[in-house]
Amino acid sequence: MYKIAKKRSLNPTVTEMQIVSPLVANKAKPGQFIILRVDEEGERIPLTVAGVNKDEGTVKIIFQIVGATTEKLNRKSEGEFIQDFVGPLGVATHTDGIKKVCIVGGGVGCAIAMPVAEEFHRLGAEVTSIIGFRSKDLLILEDEFRACSDRLVVMTDDGSYARHGNVTVPLKGMLESGERFDLIITIGPLIMMKFVTLAAKPFGVPVTVSMNPIMIDGTGMCGCCRLTLNRDGERITKFACVDGPDFNGYEVDFDEAMSRGRMYFDFERHAHEETCNLFKKAEA
Amino acid sequence: MAIVQKKHEMPTQLPEVRAHNFSEVALGYTAEIAVEEAKRCLNCKNRPCVEGCPVNINIPEFISRMKEGDFEGAYSVISESSSLPAVCGRVCPQETQCESKCTLGIKFEPVGIGRLERFAADYHNENAKEKPELPTQNGHRVAIVGSGPSGLTCAGDLAKKGYKVTVFEALHTAGGVLVYGIPEFRLPKAIVAKEVETLKALGVDVETNVVIGKTLTIDELFEQGYEAVFIGSGAGLPNFMGIPGESLKGVYSANEFLTRSNLMKSYLDKPVTPIMKGGKVAVVGGGNVAMDAARTALRLGAEKVYIVYRRSMDELPARREEVEHAEEEGIDFRLLNNPVEILGYENPDDPRDPKNGFVRGMRCIRMELGEPDAKGRRRPVPVQGSEFELEVDTVVISIGTSPNPLIKDTTNGLDVNSHGGIIVNEDGLTSRDAIYAGGDAVTGAATVISAMGAGKVAAKAIDEALCAGK
Repeated sequence: MYKIAKKRSLNPTVTEMQIVSPLVANKAKPGQFIILRVDEEGERIPLTVAGVNKDEGTVKIIFQIVGATTEKLNRKSEGEFIQDFVGPLGVATHTDGIKKVCIVGGGVGCAIAMPVAEEFHRLGAEVTSIIGFRSKDLLILEDEFRACSDRLVVMTDDGSYARHGNVTVPLKGMLESGERFDLIITIGPLIMMKFVTLAAKPFGVPVTVSMNPIMIDGTGMCGCCRLTLNRDGERITKFACVDGPDFNGYEVDFDEAMSRGRMYFDFERHAHEETCNLFKKAEA
Repeated sequence: MAIVQKKHEMPTQLPEVRAHNFSEVALGYTAEIAVEEAKRCLNCKNRPCVEGCPVNINIPEFISRMKEGDFEGAYSVISESSSLPAVCGRVCPQETQCESKCTLGIKFEPVGIGRLERFAADYHNENAKEKPELPTQNGHRVAIVGSGPSGLTCAGDLAKKGYKVTVFEALHTAGGVLVYGIPEFRLPKAIVAKEVETLKALGVDVETNVVIGKTLTIDELFEQGYEAVFIGSGAGLPNFMGIPGESLKGVYSANEFLTRSNLMKSYLDKPVTPIMKGGKVAVVGGGNVAMDAARTALRLGAEKVYIVYRRSMDELPARREEVEHAEEEGIDFRLLNNPVEILGYENPDDPRDPKNGFVRGMRCIRMELGEPDAKGRRRPVPVQGSEFELEVDTVVISIGTSPNPLIKDTTNGLDVNSHGGIIVNEDGLTSRDAIYAGGDAVTGAATVISAMGAGKVAAKAIDEALCAGK
């Protein structure tokens, strides 16, 4: 059992927790993830490590309440326990030789992008961060990004806060005005990462995308998280859990990944509704 | 007294009943049948059956106890050699091991050794009250990577000798392939849990949620004071066929399909972890895992389940009893067929059609057997122009697995072969001092009992290395 040391709400649908797991805290690097189960009969869900505190032996996770499991997780309070917590899994984000980086985060993906931005900042790279949200009330981690970025651009799709538009607008602007980065790292919804990659393509700037497919074991055992890379005219199958989660954006078959991500869409929506109804009944 | 020529039949659930539930298929002998079956043993002098057993259980001895009705005594004899008797009695391919050597089997059917082993183990599990005593500790610490059959066996043998053993498991439940791979209807999970509890009573610590190679490395285990490490991490990496359509929704590796159903309990009426149920299912492959996947699909409510295998029935590698059970349950064997493409649904008029991207069928080609290959198996060759479409909604690919590279990649100096299998000597020792390995991590996908045999060999070698001269 793993204790929830701290919990806070970042916005109405996004929660941050610090989980006691010294072994994971000791090892986790930006870009890696953990898998947890909330309770005895729970499903396994992957969540990216959003930071660690080695002294306290805690691992920070940030999650959006999107389904039955995240709903149940969000109902847990500080001091309570979750059943299982395993990691760190996946390969850490490569930082070698990157002097100037642009981090493009979208929605709850910003929670994953933030420790990556912090790491580059710590290593002395020049960090530009572009973070986007649907609207002002979904904004998270603005102060944290400001602290580790040489330049921060905040976007909202509906214009309710900061600049109006999606994240590709300022990115294109910078690239068109002649600015270059050693690397663009984008983390967020698949459709956003696809368009960030397309926006960067004419300028030949390398793009790393952080993939977040459905997973079970997270150790390469089931192949559920497989995705396809187009490399030198060949189609190559990779497992996001052990080969990723970071991949070269120009190689990823985003359309296939989006399709696979919706495999259990109906099941998940139904399960989420049922869970919410159960909680409502219990509260009534 | 005349010899009973045939094995006593195993009582089973009727096919039409069991095809719709996940309860165990084989119900086990009664005490009366067990004694009668035991009496078929000739107790011959040269005891070839013992040679046929990868862990060399003293088979004639345990059977002679059973003839007397001394089932607990029979269990003691078995457990001298095997840490998992209730498991082996159920999943060992006895027809190619102990029973294939049985002297009685030369003229008649061999003694039902596996069925007798199962009875003795089940009898013990039901009736034994006292827990095993904690052996006198010798102060040496050994780490085991993976809680599958090889790891549990190695742990059990060392614990009985007084070693302080810790087993590290990546998943949330101990048992490895016994819990994520082999389905409930063939190996009830309560039996695996019971075997793990027995090991814990012997002083073995089981640490779940630790991925060796990620959470901790092998070298860190030595830093923590473990004096030897046994790697039994299995062959967890699923192989795909490399044909078009394998990423469509509805295509599973057998590992994924079985893990969802077994470990994550998707077979329940209201599962928390989803799985595709019902429809038409094609399982590609002919091993035990393929049989397990096909019969799981059937129990999940499939209206039709095919086994698609490129060779013929004679080459089908699955345990004979599983094939017979599968046939009785109505699994449709499409032999000498090979998939060439998995076909997906695409609605040209509606890109948002929810059916888009799901499997709608599989294109196969008929095969015929040609010249024998290096192993003497006749090589299947495609029959030109014989392609056809099989209408299916789900495809489960069960064409084997490879060793997981996580440990190799994080352990300097650990040599592996071209298939990724860890290289070991006859004692299970790897290219690194004090690191041993066995089971599928060494051989690639094989059987539970051969993994147990490897765990046993390594335990003996570890004991000799650490306690030499004592």
